Amino acid sequence: MTNIIVPAVVSLGSIGLGAAVILYFVAQKFKVIEDPRIDEVEENLPGANCGGCGYAGCRAFAETLVKGADQGDISALNCPAGGNETMANVAKILGMVAEAKDPQIAVLRCSGSRANAPQKVRYDGPQTCQFAHALSSGESGCPNGCLGLGDCVVTCLFDAMYMDEETGLPVIIEDKCVACGACVKACPRVIIELRDKGKKSKRIYVSCMNTEKGALSRKNCTVSCIGCGKCVKVCPHDAITMENNIAYIDDVKCKLCRKCVPECPTAAILELNFPPRKEKTEGEPTPAEA
Amino acid sequence: MKTFTFTLGGIHPEENKISEHSPVERLEIPGQLFVPITQHLGAPAKVLVNKGDQVKTGQLIARGEAFISANIHAPGTGKVSKIDVHPDQSGYRKTMVVIDVDETEVWEDGIDTGTSIIRSIPYAKEEIIQKIKEMGIVGLGGATFPTHVKLMIPDGKKVETLIINGVECEPYLTSDHRVMLERAEEMLVGVQILMKGLGVNRAVIGIEKNKPDAIAHLSTMAAGFPGIEVAPLMVKYPQGAEKQLIKSILNREVPSGKLPLDVGCVVSNAGTALAVYEAVQKNKPLIERVVTVTGKNVKHPCNLLVRVGTPIQALIDKAGGLPENSGKVISGGPMMGKALNTLEAPVTKGTSGILVMQQGESLRKEVQNCIRCAKCTQVCPMGLEPYLLAQEAKLEKWDMAEADKVMDCIECGSCLYTCPSGRPLLDYIRVGKSKVGNIIRTRKN
Amino acid sequence: MSLLTLSGSPHLQTDRSVRGIMFDVVIALIPALLVSMWFFGLGALKVTLVAVIACVFFEWLITKYLLKAASTVGDGSAIVTGILLAFNLPSNLPAWIIIVGALVSIGVAKMSFGGLGKNPFNPALVGRVFLLISFPVDMTSWPVPRFEGYMSLGGITDAITGPTPLALLKAEKLAELPGYVDVLLGNMGGCLGEVSAAALLLGALYMLYRKVITWHIPVSYLGAVVLFSGILWLVNPGIYVDPLFHLMTGGIMLGAFYMATDMVTSPMSKKGMLLFGFGCGILTILIRVFGAYPEGVSFAILIMNAFVPLINKYMKPKRFGEAVQNG
Repeated sequence: MTNIIVPAVVSLGSIGLGAAVILYFVAQKFKVIEDPRIDEVEENLPGANCGGCGYAGCRAFAETLVKGADQGDISALNCPAGGNETMANVAKILGMVAEAKDPQIAVLRCSGSRANAPQKVRYDGPQTCQFAHALSSGESGCPNGCLGLGDCVVTCLFDAMYMDEETGLPVIIEDKCVACGACVKACPRVIIELRDKGKKSKRIYVSCMNTEKGALSRKNCTVSCIGCGKCVKVCPHDAITMENNIAYIDDVKCKLCRKCVPECPTAAILELNFPPRKEKTEGEPTPAEA
Repeated sequence: MKTFTFTLGGIHPEENKISEHSPVERLEIPGQLFVPITQHLGAPAKVLVNKGDQVKTGQLIARGEAFISANIHAPGTGKVSKIDVHPDQSGYRKTMVVIDVDETEVWEDGIDTGTSIIRSIPYAKEEIIQKIKEMGIVGLGGATFPTHVKLMIPDGKKVETLIINGVECEPYLTSDHRVMLERAEEMLVGVQILMKGLGVNRAVIGIEKNKPDAIAHLSTMAAGFPGIEVAPLMVKYPQGAEKQLIKSILNREVPSGKLPLDVGCVVSNAGTALAVYEAVQKNKPLIERVVTVTGKNVKHPCNLLVRVGTPIQALIDKAGGLPENSGKVISGGPMMGKALNTLEAPVTKGTSGILVMQQGESLRKEVQNCIRCAKCTQVCPMGLEPYLLAQEAKLEKWDMAEADKVMDCIECGSCLYTCPSGRPLLDYIRVGKSKVGNIIRTRKN
Repeated sequence: MSLLTLSGSPHLQTDRSVRGIMFDVVIALIPALLVSMWFFGLGALKVTLVAVIACVFFEWLITKYLLKAASTVGDGSAIVTGILLAFNLPSNLPAWIIIVGALVSIGVAKMSFGGLGKNPFNPALVGRVFLLISFPVDMTSWPVPRFEGYMSLGGITDAITGPTPLALLKAEKLAELPGYVDVLLGNMGGCLGEVSAAALLLGALYMLYRKVITWHIPVSYLGAVVLFSGILWLVNPGIYVDPLFHLMTGGIMLGAFYMATDMVTSPMSKKGMLLFGFGCGILTILIRVFGAYPEGVSFAILIMNAFVPLINKYMKPKRFGEAVQNG
């Protein structure tokens, strides 16, 4: 027995020892000196690798943050997923102060639900918006409207979106959306926009991207912006502009006065998370979804 | 008779040439014509008329100013009621010139509307090219590449053969077939004009053997035209694709990323040859074309001579209306045609057929796992690996897709046709092609 | 009128389906099954039925309860796996061993990789090799076919077992080898499906006709077997048997036409298929002549399966316009 065990132990042991020595010297030689702050910063980031900051994952963002701190400026960097709290923590590690940024949220600028924009043709093929967009103007015929195949839902890392089967439109879950912008990039028609979350999540926006003339866009959808300009006139804060037959409400200038909402003849302007209006007018528009 | 075909890949879908024995009928001009200003590959033409203008049939209404562009002429007599957007065949609204057609037709001066056949060609090479350009001739096979650009051979390139594509490999379509049967002599003069324009003295007309009457008729007629021969080809899809046709007839392969010019030939469609004849000999611009209206359930499958700009609804009405259980209307053939979004869309220079499919045949098969059966690689006429390209496009591996020659794909659809798992191979490859194409363009700039 | 449909071109699709292909394979295997029943009696039917039912059942169980996905049993691939597994087993194998083999085939070799189309190795062969290594005695006691067996259906006993021709060869008992007519028809010891070369060829012709398989893999496989064994035979006919004998015996016919050609685990390009088949052939003869096992088809194909991704990477199909010819 021993004449087997001893040589085996000795030979294997010496191989192991030799390898360990080699490994030690190799590790010494190729040692990468890394700023310990990078690890520390990374630990404080959400770790979702969502890319909302514009960098390839949290690690890359942490490296950029440390580099930015060395140059004395991290104001341009922001982690939308973590929000102000995370940025404050990170800034503390780096010995800096982070500016508090207004939180943002993704907003779907289309109300072309099955009821509002009835289906005229049926799309049959791979269920991704990308293909449907390249193929034709879509099931409702609106060239700018939501195709309802959910590329945005698939791409969302935070489970903050789902398709509403009844309307055929994606729904953004407010509590979960971190405004990383992945859905904005995924949408071939760029219908989703990142907007300021607003005080108490109150938001007013034009829920339409159709650039066609009013009569044409109304052919496909009852709630499209027809570019009439009434909202522009009524806005006391100059927050609304009109370009390419669609109105756009600037989320910074908008003071959430809600004057434009009842003015819109097609109910294309949506108000979210406001208390119900007092019996003012009869034709009160109802948002497609909250 | 010895027949040829291409060697790599290919499929045999059911031919269903229902309308092959219906002679071409003229479709009356509708009340309103919608003339898109982009009916060709390349830059849109610039509109020359204004709202309210009175136009004559054949009058130039939009000029193609870019190098690759084509002139557009009024396909009817009447008043320009508006220049506005109107849905095209994809359903997207595009700029179109809308003409309210008058009762009586007045032709633009200089256009010969007689039926006598003029055989002598008194024009020089440059004059021919100029006339073809002036008359807005584009390839009528479907790609709508401006013909005059094709005839302008860059310095250093030498062309010795003109190939006329009378293959019509798409199932159902019969418009070229009817043209070859009914207008053979004019078409052959058109081929002679193209030969003169190119400066070649050999032309080969490739026709698949499922059109024996056309082969026989053209062979007899071609005897009177020196330099023109007819090549009967075996039936295989996609033989009508430019590169495959050159391989079938001349046994030359156009290398990846090159043009037929690089192997010494130019390919033109049979219908285009007829349009060239009319343009050069009769001064008649390209304002009408033969369109096959067909489908298994269509009451009167037919071949119609249609003015460009006619709403597709009018063609379907002429063929007996949209059948009850229609599921899909396709502009072009079933393999490469485009499913129509709306029947309001007008016929353009590139519309070779309108195919109405039944509900049952219009839905895609259920998609299953790829079983790696390699049928897509076996049928790919370009020798590509569709399963791999589709996967690379799905995973957004653009560099790998480029290395695997995604840009060589001719989008013939053989892979999707043959896949037993019903996988949307070509849909993904198209995405890959457009992405990789963009990457290559930005790299060049 | 209902809505028009939109989809990308092409708008035609073949009526061939995965299920159709699988049932073509099943049809192609029926002659061989009948022949094996002729020789081995109801035992052959029992083994086949147990294997098929077990394979289908395990696939259904796994998709339903483990993957919680839509069942894929309908595509018929489990039936093919079951039959091929059975064809690689002796007819007197106890049912529980067959069930273990089916579990390994479906559960380990197929479903754990993601089901049909994703498995790198041929499931039936993985099951077979697993059984061969785990139950060597049961797996190599081959019942001797008795011609009168079919007469007394069910009366066939498993009592008499005998060696396969290849086992005889391994033991260098050349004198006891059966004659060519017997091996062609299948009147020799062996697995269910390895016995009759003629019946397998018949099924293979059907598959070629239906374009389920192409000629590339079988031809290069058999070509390599003939070439390599022929060289050995010419060197020393006293020790080595002639190529024809190699072709007719063992699982080569089954392997070359039904196992190596398995779509999922074979290369995509024609060049790749030729290389794959050639590799299988060489490895088979290597194992038969120089290896420890009398038969090497299963191992040869499994080893070549492992090379398929590599072959796919480097053996691209012939591209159009690759060879610039101007003539």
